[in-house]
Amino acid sequence: MAATLKDATAIVGIGQTAFAKQLPQSEKELACRAILAALDDAGIDPSEVDAFSSYTMEETDEVEVAKAIGAGDVTFFSKIGYGGGGSCATVGHLAAAVATGQASVGVAWRSRKRGSGPRPWKNTAVQLPTPGQWTRPFGLLRPADEIGMLARRYMHEYGATRDHLFNVAMACRNRANENPAAMMYERPLTREMYMTARMISDPLCLFDNCLETDGALACVIVSAERARDCRQKPVYVHSVAQGLPSQHHGMVNYWNDDPLSGPAWTAARHLWKQADFGPQDVDVAQIYDAFTPLIPLSLEGYGFCGRGEGASFTEGGALEIGGRLPINTGGGGLSEAYVHGFNLINEGVKQLRGISTAQVPDAATCLVTAGEGVPTSAILLRA
Amino acid sequence: MTTTTTTGTTADELLLPVPDGDGAPFWEYAAQGELRIQACAAPTCGKLRFPPRPCCPHCRSFDSEWRLMSGRGRIWSYVQPHPPLLPAYAAQAPYNVILVELADAPQIRLVGNLVTSADAPLDSMDPARLRIGARVQVVFTETGGMAVPRWVLEKS
Repeated sequence: MAATLKDATAIVGIGQTAFAKQLPQSEKELACRAILAALDDAGIDPSEVDAFSSYTMEETDEVEVAKAIGAGDVTFFSKIGYGGGGSCATVGHLAAAVATGQASVGVAWRSRKRGSGPRPWKNTAVQLPTPGQWTRPFGLLRPADEIGMLARRYMHEYGATRDHLFNVAMACRNRANENPAAMMYERPLTREMYMTARMISDPLCLFDNCLETDGALACVIVSAERARDCRQKPVYVHSVAQGLPSQHHGMVNYWNDDPLSGPAWTAARHLWKQADFGPQDVDVAQIYDAFTPLIPLSLEGYGFCGRGEGASFTEGGALEIGGRLPINTGGGGLSEAYVHGFNLINEGVKQLRGISTAQVPDAATCLVTAGEGVPTSAILLRA
Repeated sequence: MTTTTTTGTTADELLLPVPDGDGAPFWEYAAQGELRIQACAAPTCGKLRFPPRPCCPHCRSFDSEWRLMSGRGRIWSYVQPHPPLLPAYAAQAPYNVILVELADAPQIRLVGNLVTSADAPLDSMDPARLRIGARVQVVFTETGGMAVPRWVLEKS
């Protein structure tokens, strides 16, 4: 019998910095602050950390972090590609490392100054060689343009409307209004604000786009056995998956047979195959929301509804607290902070500890997903 | 062949394609006013593929050829970008970006712009005429020493 990752490891510590449009500290300092906060939350001394994982887009590397926090000998480190598609895989890689004895205390993190820093799409020089030659010259410049193209087709094919996208934006904003750490705390959204907002890439308006945030988050992963001795209630990593589907093309998934069936579908098949429960048993979900249309696409991909039903799933308050599937209970990338989806991981942990600012009563299972539209990853967490 | 080539357009500071080794033939054919798509040259396969790459994902043959397309297609989807954008694009915003599904090869989709004529600006087409399913045909505009495909509504 092969080793299984199922419940073999747990997240025992979470940490974060403040989230703001502009923070004075460097990305490196923010990373260290989030990591030390997560270790303190777990009750584990930084000298015990022997594994790191982050995104390839993370600019503070593990050498700098290990030195700064005073880690001991590090025996495992990895970086995950594809921007926001990497978030959950950082936890997955550390879970695999810990479960197979390559390390004992893993730290995953993301630190980013996207609020005050440059916008990645402005650096067109690096994007112009393949595959940019097929898209950039025509003015498909930004992620919002690339996803807007899929959104328009999705709306055309399934009768989805801007009201459906508003349902997504509203659910995230309502949760942020309950979360003092969120950038959109005490800043309500109305349907009128949404419908009259300026367009960014029609059919996507301002409120269909995630925030621009400075901030950092981290979490700590140890074996299930060790987790029992930690300061906090363990949140078990039940199932993990990455997804790079056949003939996929990152962000512009236009060149396969079925552009509206993205990496979520691939990750989901593996995720559920390894799990003891299915979508119907998920109490709360943290679904990557760089753009509102990613929610209906992900709801379909992860099996919460059928193909083409993701938009209508959002009706009747389904995504709100008390609804069929509360999502992004800290406010998500749309309204809490956009730190490449890492806040969704920590929010999932908060829900299963029972300490979320928008707590789903007795939540025992949580799906966390990474960016749909790029090679992605997902984790199922269990109390 | 229903394509036309127009020469002499002044570079308008829009981004120019930077071809790689696999994509270079596309741009070389475009310079001759031809829309050609890479196809597997194995006799038992012959499947089209885009974007170009070294080998065939169906039969793994490294032999390829560039097949002439009719240049006709339909709009599969479109967006209308608004600022903030790079300056040259912001100057023409809101413009359209369309995704064209080729009539000859429905799984081959090209990103482009719907314009009123080959050398017209990116925002020349009335947005009200943008429609998924609209029939379009390719034209080429020469800019910065390259021929870049653009799309016009097909004459009925």
